[in-house]
Amino acid sequence: MTDTVPEAAADMRLGQANRGFCGRINAIHVGEVTHGLAASEIESRLLELGFVEGVEIKVLHEGPIGRDPIAVRINDTTIALRRREAMAILVTSLNRST
Amino acid sequence: MSTQTDIGARHFALVGTPNSGKTALFNALTGGRQKVANYPGVTVERKAGVLQTPSGHSVHLVDLPGTYSLRGRSPDEEITRDVVLGRLASETAPDLLLCIADATNLRVALRLVIELKRVGRQLMLVLNMIDIARRRGIEIDLDRLSAELGVPVVTSTAVRRGGTEELLRRMDEMAAGRLAPSGENTWKPPTTGELRAAQREADRVIATAVGLPARPDKISARVDAVLLHPVAGLVILLSVLFVMFQAVFAWAKPVMDLISSGFDALGVVAHDALPTGLLQSFIQNGVIAGVGSVIVFLPQILILFLFILLLEDLGYMGRAAFLMDRIMGGAGLHGRAFIPLLSSFACAIPGIMATRVIDNRRDRLTTILVAPLMTCSARIPVYTLIISAFVPATYLWGWVSLQGLVMFALYAAGIMSALGVSFVAKHFFLRENYTPPFMLELPAYKVPNIRSVAIGLYTRAKMFLQRAGTTIFSMMVLIWFLASFPRPPEGAEGPAINFSLAAMIGDALQPVLAPVGFNWQISVALIPGMAAREVAVAALGTVYAIEGGKEAAEQIGQALASKWSLATALAMLAWYIFAPQCASTLAVIRRETGSWRWMAITFGYMLALAYLAAFVTYNVAVALGAG
Repeated sequence: MTDTVPEAAADMRLGQANRGFCGRINAIHVGEVTHGLAASEIESRLLELGFVEGVEIKVLHEGPIGRDPIAVRINDTTIALRRREAMAILVTSLNRST
Repeated sequence: MSTQTDIGARHFALVGTPNSGKTALFNALTGGRQKVANYPGVTVERKAGVLQTPSGHSVHLVDLPGTYSLRGRSPDEEITRDVVLGRLASETAPDLLLCIADATNLRVALRLVIELKRVGRQLMLVLNMIDIARRRGIEIDLDRLSAELGVPVVTSTAVRRGGTEELLRRMDEMAAGRLAPSGENTWKPPTTGELRAAQREADRVIATAVGLPARPDKISARVDAVLLHPVAGLVILLSVLFVMFQAVFAWAKPVMDLISSGFDALGVVAHDALPTGLLQSFIQNGVIAGVGSVIVFLPQILILFLFILLLEDLGYMGRAAFLMDRIMGGAGLHGRAFIPLLSSFACAIPGIMATRVIDNRRDRLTTILVAPLMTCSARIPVYTLIISAFVPATYLWGWVSLQGLVMFALYAAGIMSALGVSFVAKHFFLRENYTPPFMLELPAYKVPNIRSVAIGLYTRAKMFLQRAGTTIFSMMVLIWFLASFPRPPEGAEGPAINFSLAAMIGDALQPVLAPVGFNWQISVALIPGMAAREVAVAALGTVYAIEGGKEAAEQIGQALASKWSLATALAMLAWYIFAPQCASTLAVIRRETGSWRWMAITFGYMLALAYLAAFVTYNVAVALGAG
């Protein structure tokens, strides 16, 4: 493994990621989207499911309609969530650029 | 619980994240000696049981609803929080918390342990499914883990014989000890910062005490590649549902025939043993026929629950929610509503109770509102009876049964109307300008545990039979009474029932129900049908039996075919797609929503739709010459 992950890997939101995307979580930031719940509540729920800064994640599956929701691997668990909520998860891509 | 019997008894509580195998462990520890009831005032299921430790200590074990934290985001999680904190007046505060963790998935569980440590109760961490963890090469240094967390740690395998021995031995030791609170309760709802810190601490503990898995779970990922495939996944989901409904009808048939002929035989025995008269009629037509007509559904209910329990144990239910989320979202339903709505095909009551998994109130209300529209098994006897009496047993294109097709159409009509109602509710009545989040763990696939499934089925069967034995039985007695009294005057001509209270009620309702083509016998049958839909069949049976003697009751289908027009039969089917007639469902809605208002709304809208559908069906059928 001589090729390194490019440092300039694009920072993006998990909600925009395609199937096969590998990345590391940079931050959880729940924006202005109205979920009917306080932003801190959404943040807490994401944290409780294991979405914490620093962990590696991989997008395993996409739902049948509008490729939503997505199933994400975190360590040894798989979490299903909608892209809307996944937009709150800022990630750095670890996919090798081709 | 009386305090006298509890002297010396210990109270332990099982706490854990969803999918930690908590319920399987509870089943393994308590076996059939468990009681399922509700916590007072809420419909959160309380599962409790008593067990004897090896050295004879008696332990009251309660299985608390699964939760990721004590923050209490749903009624279920609030119960867990209140019991753990000892705030629930009706529940003895637990002496020991057993935190159940999936040994293959420790991150989230250890964060919960760190949170639980703050409540100041004795705590023990149980690493469940340790066999799977070992097979996957996960090495856990138990002493190290225990030292790092400051909590005793024990392993278990709920689904293996002897897999709980070590746990029982440790529970025994704990039960023998003093079990004083370990400290002050310093728990308060964690902030996001505290959650992060706790997770970091959990990750640090894992790094020191757990060897990373050499062989990660590739199987679940591979299976998911097919089962969650956008096309194949949906096809498989539909196939599973198709097989399920086939099974409910086909497999149950022989047993149902057996039960039904058993009750008939019993009725004949009673008939012969008793002198002709009121008592004979009461026992045979009221009690035996009435109860028998309900118990006959036990096989169907058991098969449906067998499928639901197997799919749940297998880990498929979450996948179904994943596949259905957007599809149901289009109709204003949450992906998680899929499971409650699926259960509603068996009976709306477990379905409505299962809506507890939906934490958003609006989503939960919408689901509760439409759950009774799913064709529950109680409608099956009404449908079967009318279909077999009026729809010819012919095949289209040589293989599609016309009767089956009508049945399918009735189910489809129920589903479509549920989607329609939830759409209308979402856009016009329960409008809120947001969609709540959908986040769900998809657990690793597991081979279902036969014992656990059997215990689940046994509990359901018991609940159903209790209902049949109480509500439905008393309604059958009532309808028999209404149909038998007052007795006809001396020398009166015509069937005795024409002089009964039932006929009076039927006549009174007649003007209202005539436009939809219902005769007075149907009007009468609809009243006890308020107790439970399936009772309408028994009630029709009773009405026609008392009216026309035993022969008519035995061939109720033929009796209907000769006395009803096709238009009336079709109107009756249309009515039953929506019929709000189930007192238990309404009672559960009242309890679940905590308001009479939602119960009244459900009853009102279903009654209106039922009347409208029957009216349109009847008049269209008459216009087409079926009157």
